[in-house]
Amino acid sequence: MTTLPETTDKKLGLVIDLDTCVGCHACVISCKGWNTENYGAPLSDQDAWGASPSGTFLNRVHSYEIQPEAGAAQLVHFPKSCLHCEDAPCVTVCPTGASYKRAEDGIVLVNESHCIGCGLCAWACPYGAREMDHAEGVMKKCTLCVDRIYNENLPEIDREPVCVRTCPAGARHFGDLGDPDSAVSQLVAERGGVDLMPEQGTKPVNKYLPPRQKDELGTTGMHAPRLDPVIEDAGGFLGWLDKALDRLPGGAGSASDSETR
Amino acid sequence: MHPAPSVIIFTTLSGLGFGLLFWLGLGLPAVTGWTAFAFFAIAFGLAVGGLVASTFHLGHPERALKAFTQWRSSWLSREAVVSVAALCLMGLYALGAVFFAASWTLPGWLGALGALGVVFTTSMIYAQLRTVPRWHTALTPALFLAISLAGGALLAGQVSFALALLPLAGVLQVLWWLRGDGAFAASGTDMASATGLGDIGAVRAFEPPHTGSNYLLREFVHVVGRKHSLRLRGIALGLGYVLPIILLLVPFSHLLGLLAVISHATGIAASRWLFFAEAEHVVGLYYGKR
Repeated sequence: MTTLPETTDKKLGLVIDLDTCVGCHACVISCKGWNTENYGAPLSDQDAWGASPSGTFLNRVHSYEIQPEAGAAQLVHFPKSCLHCEDAPCVTVCPTGASYKRAEDGIVLVNESHCIGCGLCAWACPYGAREMDHAEGVMKKCTLCVDRIYNENLPEIDREPVCVRTCPAGARHFGDLGDPDSAVSQLVAERGGVDLMPEQGTKPVNKYLPPRQKDELGTTGMHAPRLDPVIEDAGGFLGWLDKALDRLPGGAGSASDSETR
Repeated sequence: MHPAPSVIIFTTLSGLGFGLLFWLGLGLPAVTGWTAFAFFAIAFGLAVGGLVASTFHLGHPERALKAFTQWRSSWLSREAVVSVAALCLMGLYALGAVFFAASWTLPGWLGALGALGVVFTTSMIYAQLRTVPRWHTALTPALFLAISLAGGALLAGQVSFALALLPLAGVLQVLWWLRGDGAFAASGTDMASATGLGDIGAVRAFEPPHTGSNYLLREFVHVVGRKHSLRLRGIALGLGYVLPIILLLVPFSHLLGLLAVISHATGIAASRWLFFAEAEHVVGLYYGKR
């Protein structure tokens, strides 16, 4: 059925930390790998080694430059995949019932054997989360690795979406955003997580954590400040060495600049 | 949006065909026998031909029957259901008119209603999409219905109705364009809301995810021919509405009637091409394009 469930028991989704993401695209590659070998039709490529390569991806990393009113511009890497919206417009437009949102955990999926490849769900999605596979003629989208998160054949540590598992920076978090006490919900509350395109009325489950405010580098300029001596009244061998060096030409004790230390 | 020929042909021809079926169902003109056969052949040819063309862009047309199941939620499914219902009712009515010289009022009126229903559900497939601000307006179904009724009246030889409906459709067309030109800006969706980074400063797309193109860019960020937009609008308005009105105002002949129909269909096809080519999807913002 392409009507949306009234409520879902859980709201499984991702929290993506834009402060931490380094833009390495490891999540893109691991997603392509896992989802080519597992759930549904493989993610095909066209002209992969030719002049104009193109392919199906469920997760893509954009990069944006943000220019504040004053100060230096900031670069933000921005991974984007399906946001598993509560009010998913891609589901209700589907004419065949291939697209659906699961009542138990809120994951939005495509039943590929029912998909006629009309593409209307991709038209309805504001985020570009759905891509038609050119080889298979069916719609592909992020499954939140539904074949990993409940998979008892995998070690427990691997039972999370492969993009989260692989992220070397820890910029991606997976959990139940419907439970206010879950780690991901706490993170969203603490860091002021935001919805993408809230005016589209899709109520996305995935949240984005905005970058933290940058440190001010101050007015030190190109070079590090010269270091002052740490100890003013050194004794023993170091004291003797200090005085002996000061007596050399150019030193603090020499006639030419005796006012400096 | 990518102006797929199959969808442009579908909406243009089926709009015209179902428009003609509407007038035939009302008994305008009340034709029987061979004349009825000719009228219904043209109407069904256009309507069914358009529907068949629309299946060409499907990834799996062999599963098209499944599209009849989700009428509770999906406008595309509703369109499928209503179009088959309208075609069946009008088929029954045509049977009576062609073979029994009868005018069965009930299937005729219901079929006419169904024909309008098809055009309405088709238009709602586009009008429902918040992601394409140019389409997301009640003016879209109004324009589709007006064009279909006007074109149908033209084909059915209902000159007085056509002379009233063609200007109405033309005015709606201009209103739709004027509203559409400011729709994206008025939608409130921009780079800042797309990325959620607007609080820091002005957001600019720095690097796309891949150096190559992809499905999203090909389907939604299509920019071909937008530079000819104004000229094409002139052609659509001139051929689609103005010329047919002039041809109807001069003393009637079948040749001029045929010319009016061809001119109208060509103009509407140009308008429909613009409908897709000029439509901007909000996903383009993520690529710094529209």
